[in-house]
Amino acid sequence: MAVLVVADSDNAHLRDTTHKTVTAALQMSGDVDVLVLGQGADAVAAAAGKIAGVRKVILAEGADVGHGVAEAISATIVGLMGGYDALLVPATSAGKNFAPRVAASLDASPISDVVEVVSSDTFVRPIYAGNALETVQTGDAKKVLTVRPTAFKAAEEGGSASVEKTAAASATGTKFVSEEMVKSDRPELTAAKIVVSGGRAMGSAEEFQRVIEPLADKLGAAVGASRAAVDAGYAPNDYQVGQTGKVVAPALYIAIGISGAIQHLAGMKDSKVIVAINKDADAPIFQVADYGLVADYKTAVPELMAALG
Amino acid sequence: MKVLVPVKRVIDYNVKARVKPDQSGVDLANVKMSMNPFCEIAVEEAVRLKEKGVATEVIAVSVGPTQAQETIRTALAMGADRGILIQSDVDVEPLAVAKLLAAVAKEEGVDVVLMGKQAIDGDNNAVGQMLSQLLGWPQASFASKVEIAGGKATVTREVDGGLQVLEVALPAVITADLRLNEPRYASLPNIMKAKKKEIAVKATGDYGVDVAPRLKVLKVTEPAKRSAGIKVETAADLVSKLKTEAGVL
Repeated sequence: MAVLVVADSDNAHLRDTTHKTVTAALQMSGDVDVLVLGQGADAVAAAAGKIAGVRKVILAEGADVGHGVAEAISATIVGLMGGYDALLVPATSAGKNFAPRVAASLDASPISDVVEVVSSDTFVRPIYAGNALETVQTGDAKKVLTVRPTAFKAAEEGGSASVEKTAAASATGTKFVSEEMVKSDRPELTAAKIVVSGGRAMGSAEEFQRVIEPLADKLGAAVGASRAAVDAGYAPNDYQVGQTGKVVAPALYIAIGISGAIQHLAGMKDSKVIVAINKDADAPIFQVADYGLVADYKTAVPELMAALG
Repeated sequence: MKVLVPVKRVIDYNVKARVKPDQSGVDLANVKMSMNPFCEIAVEEAVRLKEKGVATEVIAVSVGPTQAQETIRTALAMGADRGILIQSDVDVEPLAVAKLLAAVAKEEGVDVVLMGKQAIDGDNNAVGQMLSQLLGWPQASFASKVEIAGGKATVTREVDGGLQVLEVALPAVITADLRLNEPRYASLPNIMKAKKKEIAVKATGDYGVDVAPRLKVLKVTEPAKRSAGIKVETAADLVSKLKTEAGVL
């Protein structure tokens, strides 16, 4: 069987979610191609060609696919699926935006957030905020999967696949207007080795920035937030860790002033080491924390900063 | 302008799902069920559109068992005008749900489908996107702001890295993210009024959609449990443990 993996990029850089999705694809088949959709994305395609195990890279360029317009992306993919038996897409907001459309076009039942490839037609995926794992087998002729990147190791570098260019489709009823991206020099949340997250206890956006960000910078960490903190406007939506936000699995996750709602735990419980700082000793976050510090963050965080030197 | 709002009856978001001992699924017997939180947000947005005079009618539709009528009643109490239940006692997969909703959207001649981005049981995040594809209507998913005027919708979307603004021509499918609004609680007079609103009950066969599952669920298991670790007394203790014991600093 031949598998097509859609690369995750910002038109300039290839994200390692792509390498992780390639790992899942290689568990299904040895014939794995990578599709790069973008605008001015030659560097991304070249980087994709260096992933070990990739047979070839297809680069489809156009303004709409460069802006992530789902209709254009799915039409481009559907045009290529004649040569493939399965499509694997990183389960990011961008991937979830278009993968189901491809499935509907191919009359396939999509399989979301795959965390384990059992065989080329059987997969494990979390349901109910990760409180259960479902093993499903598909009989669809063309399979469409989104892959949870944190569940797979990144494929190594060392490939030398060639890049083939094709035309990207455009969209008619949908027009890109603008985008406003959070600018940050910190590592990306889903790829960071350390994540420092703040919760509702911060009380304001100013306090969130004053407390969480310096600690994150000291540790070279990414910044995350609970849904409550994002809903209250203390942190941008892009920071949300949880069932419906980002799923992270860093080596170290530090939760500050986060109670530990089910939907938050769904986004971070696969972290290697979890630290919780909360003044409420009964907060559910302590049930999953390897190290718990029952203290007010107002005193604990400055002490932590001092102890880190 | 007619707005269609699909709503789903799911396990209440405060209840922890438990896996059945025979690994056949999640135990939903005697568990509190509610409207999926993302669907509530979609209903709220549709009702606000009606209150602003942008929408003329809000239709709530659900695919599910008889009890899903309660979910539709909740939408009616929040301000939807009428309901449609497509009754099914078996679990209907997202692809078939999208096909059923496409049939309803066409039959009702709606201008906008406003729906939650994801249901908190299956966590698929797929039906809205598939519906848009099946109808050939534009898609604006994960919306945190929706403005409708002049035959188009301007939608701010929550994307990886920040926010994106799209303009979609109507008819279109819009899916709601968490920050779109804060859903209201239905008032007692509105709950009473909702009891008199019409709910049409249909069968999946009425729309000629094959709802046979495509995916075979082999088993449903509990994830590996994470056990609570230790409590440390001070921040200095914590740092030393992270350095020496955990080796992550």
